[in-house]
Amino acid sequence: MYRYDEFDHQLVAERVEQFRGQVARRVAGEITEDAFKPLRLMNGVYLQLHAYMLRVAIPYGTLSSKQMRMLAHLARKYDRGYGHFTTRQNIQYNWPALDRIPDLLQELASVEMHAIQTSGNCIRNVTSDQYAGAIADEVEDPRIISEIIRQWSTFHPEFSYLPRKFKIAVTGHKNDRAAIKLHDIGIVIVKNAAGEIGYEVHVGGGQGRTPFIAKKMSDFVPAAQLLAYLEAVMRVYNMLGRRDNSYKARIKILVHETGEEEMRRLVDAEFAKIEASQMLTVPQEEIDRIAAYFAPPVLQELPATSASLDSARASDSAFDHWVTTNVVSHVKSGYGIVNISLKPIGGIPGDASDAQMDVIADLAEAYAQDEVRVTHEQNLVLPHVKLDDLKTVYDTLLAHGLATPNLGMISDTIACPGLDYCNLANARSIPLAQEISNRFADLDRQYDIGELKIKISGCINACGHHHVGHIGILGVDKKGTEFYQISLGGSADENASLGDITGRAFTEDDIVDAIENLVASYVDLRHNGERFIDTYRRVGMQPFKERLYAE
Amino acid sequence: MAQHSAKGARFQAVTANRLTDGEVVYFTDAGHWSLSFSEAAIADGAEAAEAVLARAMPADFEAHVLDPYLFEVLQDAQTGFQPASVRETIRAKGPTIRLDLGKQAIAS
Repeated sequence: MYRYDEFDHQLVAERVEQFRGQVARRVAGEITEDAFKPLRLMNGVYLQLHAYMLRVAIPYGTLSSKQMRMLAHLARKYDRGYGHFTTRQNIQYNWPALDRIPDLLQELASVEMHAIQTSGNCIRNVTSDQYAGAIADEVEDPRIISEIIRQWSTFHPEFSYLPRKFKIAVTGHKNDRAAIKLHDIGIVIVKNAAGEIGYEVHVGGGQGRTPFIAKKMSDFVPAAQLLAYLEAVMRVYNMLGRRDNSYKARIKILVHETGEEEMRRLVDAEFAKIEASQMLTVPQEEIDRIAAYFAPPVLQELPATSASLDSARASDSAFDHWVTTNVVSHVKSGYGIVNISLKPIGGIPGDASDAQMDVIADLAEAYAQDEVRVTHEQNLVLPHVKLDDLKTVYDTLLAHGLATPNLGMISDTIACPGLDYCNLANARSIPLAQEISNRFADLDRQYDIGELKIKISGCINACGHHHVGHIGILGVDKKGTEFYQISLGGSADENASLGDITGRAFTEDDIVDAIENLVASYVDLRHNGERFIDTYRRVGMQPFKERLYAE
Repeated sequence: MAQHSAKGARFQAVTANRLTDGEVVYFTDAGHWSLSFSEAAIADGAEAAEAVLARAMPADFEAHVLDPYLFEVLQDAQTGFQPASVRETIRAKGPTIRLDLGKQAIAS
């Protein structure tokens, strides 16, 4: 894991003290809300329906056990005993009092964490693959370049007042688990024919009210030149991105309106200028220094199979299901990657209690090389667990409601906080996720349906990624009443696609039946072994739509 | 600011969030801010509503509350006045998914 150096410590500590002063002056009535609001947003503090909300950055979704314990402690001491893991690999607290947030941030800084750049029109927390450094066939651990990007982008003066927010995601694997094509910049780490590592750069993806799949701007940016290339993209965006209309201010609109070819020409011209200056060439020793923090953990030499695991699976079918569904092959023989579902049947997607966070921290420390990952699908991961230890880990997770064997299944729903918490929402998301989860609670049925990603957003801003759900659900408001619009065929992986809207929206009472109707259509239409998304791509909208709206 | 009342809404009240902790508050007939919707001043008609909003926004309101606004209230024979929208109902009570949190938890 990356450890703060003296500069990191200093800038985070200074920021906490600065914010402490700003809060004190605001509470004393010395500054207006208009003056204060941008300052609090720069520190991750939003005002939601019931209270302030604090968003804490989890860079590229990686946490140590100590950091996870701190998140639990903050939930207990400053909030209501829980936190919400988000689609941005962050955690949000829903109830902190404004005047206590500086103390919270000070405690957070003691474990090298902060809430900087979790809001505002700047480069946000860099997100990445939750299996980084643990999955086979990875070109390079994506956290190395993610950390370099984090350092470059933190408080970058030129990019502190962008036309709009800016999100970067990185994957080091051909299977995209970071939804990189739905980001302002998506980076795929690749190797060229000469065996050199470089970066395929995609620009202009995003969701929200105008979704776009990113365009590939470059097939191969050499490793040392990546920051120069990113700076070129940022500079073109900063100069030409629209500031007249916040709905059209994201880079996706600029790329769309400018055209891919012209955008590439502009970026390449700027890149040539920056490259000529050599200002942004990252020195190899600095790359090596940061890479050393992400060196693979020292794991034991173990056989590929575990007799104790095999016998435990044979005698405990629930455990067997969990291993099949939630444990992924590790690059190192004798180890597995454990996915902890934060989607218990009927539960709130992404929520974890302080006690659960403590348990996960303990497990990470004892069995997973002291690491926890957060996924953009709102689950957690223990990245390096011995096969021999899986049963012990499972038993502990089970005892704390954390062993739901539903990864990638219909009940593993992404849902934004929605109208239960969010000031921007038009409709509730979480109750719908809960109802769908309850309706399809039977695990045998879930396994029969197979991989099916339902993603729910409570408004057009699409925090719940509805555009890229195999089934996407968008909550809309009609005169103070909630309605839900369905889309089909979205996907956030390496074959990213945007969903198509089925037609008229459904009421709260009808929407779960509508989902059941779509699932029934899929089961009737599918060929052997075909996932929902494959069937949809083969047969298209019409057969689903006909049954969905049949009288 | 989003529109929180339908055109031609008859009854409206004024709500805001408290500065120090973001708690939902309502402007009362007595001219202070209450944590309870049941104490909200209910204005009958557009003119009365604007008058309540004006009273809620003295020069120093910002030292206590954020962004006061009008929202629509409906009169129900059984339950008295209730917020018209799902949003304002949730603000008045708390998250529908965690009945142990928010105002609804204190009330019960």
